[in-house]
Amino acid sequence: MNIAQLEIGERGIICEIALDKIPLKLLEMGCLPGKTVELLQKAPLNDPLYIRVNGSHLAIRVETANQIAVTKI
Amino acid sequence: MLDKTYIKVALVGNPNTGKTSLFNQLTGLNQKVGNYPGITVDKKEGACHLSENFEAKIIDLPGTYSINPTSADEQIVFKTLVDDTSPDYPDVVVVVAEVENLKRNLFLFTQIKDIEIPTVLVINMADQLQSKGIKIDVASLETALKTKVILVSARKKTGIEDLKEVLFNYKELNKEAVAAISTKIDGQFFIRIRETFPNFPTYKSWLLITQNYQLDFIDSSLQKKFDFFKEKKEKIKKFQHKEAIYRYQIINQILKETYVIDRVKGSDLRGKLDRVLTHKIFGYVIFAFILLIIFQSVFTWASIPMDWIDSGFAQLANFTRTHLPVGKYTDLLVEGVISGIGGIVIFVPQIAILFLFVALLEETGYMSRVVFIMDKIMRKYGMSGKSVIPLISGTACAIPAVMSARNIESWRERLITILVVPFTTCSARIPVYAIIIALIIPDQTYLGIFNLQGLTLLALYVLGFGAALLSAILLHKVLKIKNTSFFIIELPNYKVPSVKNISITVLEKTKAFIFGAGKIILAISIILWFLASYGGKDFNNAEEHIKKQTASIDLSISELNQKIATYQLEHSYIGKLGKVIEPAIEPLGYDWKIGIALISSFAAREVFVGTLATIYSVADDGESTATIKQRMHDELNPLTGEKRFNFASGMSLLLFYAFAMQCMGTLAIVKRETNSWKWPILQLVGMTGLAYIIALISFQILK
Repeated sequence: MNIAQLEIGERGIICEIALDKIPLKLLEMGCLPGKTVELLQKAPLNDPLYIRVNGSHLAIRVETANQIAVTKI
Repeated sequence: MLDKTYIKVALVGNPNTGKTSLFNQLTGLNQKVGNYPGITVDKKEGACHLSENFEAKIIDLPGTYSINPTSADEQIVFKTLVDDTSPDYPDVVVVVAEVENLKRNLFLFTQIKDIEIPTVLVINMADQLQSKGIKIDVASLETALKTKVILVSARKKTGIEDLKEVLFNYKELNKEAVAAISTKIDGQFFIRIRETFPNFPTYKSWLLITQNYQLDFIDSSLQKKFDFFKEKKEKIKKFQHKEAIYRYQIINQILKETYVIDRVKGSDLRGKLDRVLTHKIFGYVIFAFILLIIFQSVFTWASIPMDWIDSGFAQLANFTRTHLPVGKYTDLLVEGVISGIGGIVIFVPQIAILFLFVALLEETGYMSRVVFIMDKIMRKYGMSGKSVIPLISGTACAIPAVMSARNIESWRERLITILVVPFTTCSARIPVYAIIIALIIPDQTYLGIFNLQGLTLLALYVLGFGAALLSAILLHKVLKIKNTSFFIIELPNYKVPSVKNISITVLEKTKAFIFGAGKIILAISIILWFLASYGGKDFNNAEEHIKKQTASIDLSISELNQKIATYQLEHSYIGKLGKVIEPAIEPLGYDWKIGIALISSFAAREVFVGTLATIYSVADDGESTATIKQRMHDELNPLTGEKRFNFASGMSLLLFYAFAMQCMGTLAIVKRETNSWKWPILQLVGMTGLAYIIALISFQILK
């Protein structure tokens, strides 16, 4: 499963990232394999997603979130 | 006396770390905003006294998360820190971090430290350490990072003196790299880099290899060597990913021993506010409500000081006229210079109020929530949630609005935003709208609240936004640009805005408007005055000609003067120009006088009213006290005997001004931001063509 498939309030550990499909900037902000990510909220039309990862509160689009696989915890 | 020592200090940091607050604390009002050569990124500099004969020039660089640039703003940071031939190359870099997200801030810090330039770490918002349950072991952190670490609270003004002391002793700072990333990523590859560029720190060479744009400060033989490495694109990308992973490993290791956070203490105010402000329904309701307040205050609050300014300049003009000798120079001063400056100052209240709101929304952290809830909607129009900020700013002035599109990562989304922003109703259109609405729309109120004139103005605003969105859809369909769209925005913690930061921002932006756009407006009013006051042979012989023509009629002196002045205007250079374009604008319901105003307002719309004022005051006898509105009201069409500004021609003018691209300043900014003449020309031709067609249709239907 990936970040976009989490429910609001659920957390997951990033297990794999499609590196060539997501911007370097996201990695540099600490969104890396092994990190815990929490889906805090979805924008009104279910896109973008509001996540917390590595202590940062970020909004990313679903198309980016689809590229980040997580294991739910 | 000792010579004064000057050093250059660059402030670098993630957005939302309070970097600008720190800059304001270090420099006070002792700062100036300039431009980097060739691009329009604001360059903020200020002076900071370290001792009697030791001064630091502080450069506030744009906020960034990494030294690898993804936007035009961030390229500045990269260039400033790698180009040691530039006059801005710093002696010391201050990386500003904040207590809560130290991990991510250290990412940028370690990158800069690895360029082997003296770098100190400021941890801002130190006053919140206790309330957030955070403990930092500063001494161990200093050892691990091989530099000085200073705890600062820019808001509470603590730690600033410690920072100044560190800057004063900058020579003692360690220049060593902190993360030896090369061996972890690929030893062989980096050894080759080091051997090829022995005079550069390895990490700096690596950065230069990863960047795609021309590095003009490096000589051509070295360039070639860099190009050789740059060819290995796949490898570079893979190594950049590895670098990010490895850097965080080092940072985690360092923070494990120096940074403790007690999660329980964190409050959830943020979560609660987020749930309301980004709510499916309330989120939009609140945003709409805030927009309403903004527009309401731009109109009602601003109209009071605007009236003062208006009457103040009228009095100044009268005073000047009565106290200076009659002649050409007085005319130039009153009709050219004073009315020109008045035409700029009149906009200051509206622009300042709008900038105030934008600054407030950004400082509090609310703006990024708007970006979040608007992104999906804006994407339908080929734009990004981040396009909302330029579209709102565009209601003050398109120039800063186009510049604020710079943080949109996707070039396609940014370009569409830049191209459609000038459709939004900027404050320069307001005086044109105001005077024409007052002339053609009756001042009637229905149901107690709906004022017909107000509704018309509102309709024109809606029309502007509508035109922006419709043309965005069109561009979205037509533009053949590959969309490498990505979108990341940090949603910062909510903050009570600082009065000092807000007032400095509003002051700086307003100043930039007055001196930027103002220069053009002033220059045009002076040129206009010249064009209206000279005109060759016919113009000079006006008196003789009129006297001859009217020799048989008995005229009073003032009637005679009136006739002469009108004849002169018609034969002045600007009158001739107006006559040339008259055939083209007649189908829209305009005459050559309006034609003059159209020509002059191609440089800036607000010049329209001023031009008509010049034209009609040049044409009247100088004693008349009739306002410009009254003069326009009385103006007749000599062919039909009807009023020149009737409903049909008035509507046609309103629509023309709603759509036409009449702002040289915006065109110049679009050229610089898109680095091509193609897009400003497209705007000029497309928007003005549309304006012509719509004005033509409306006049032909309504007349």
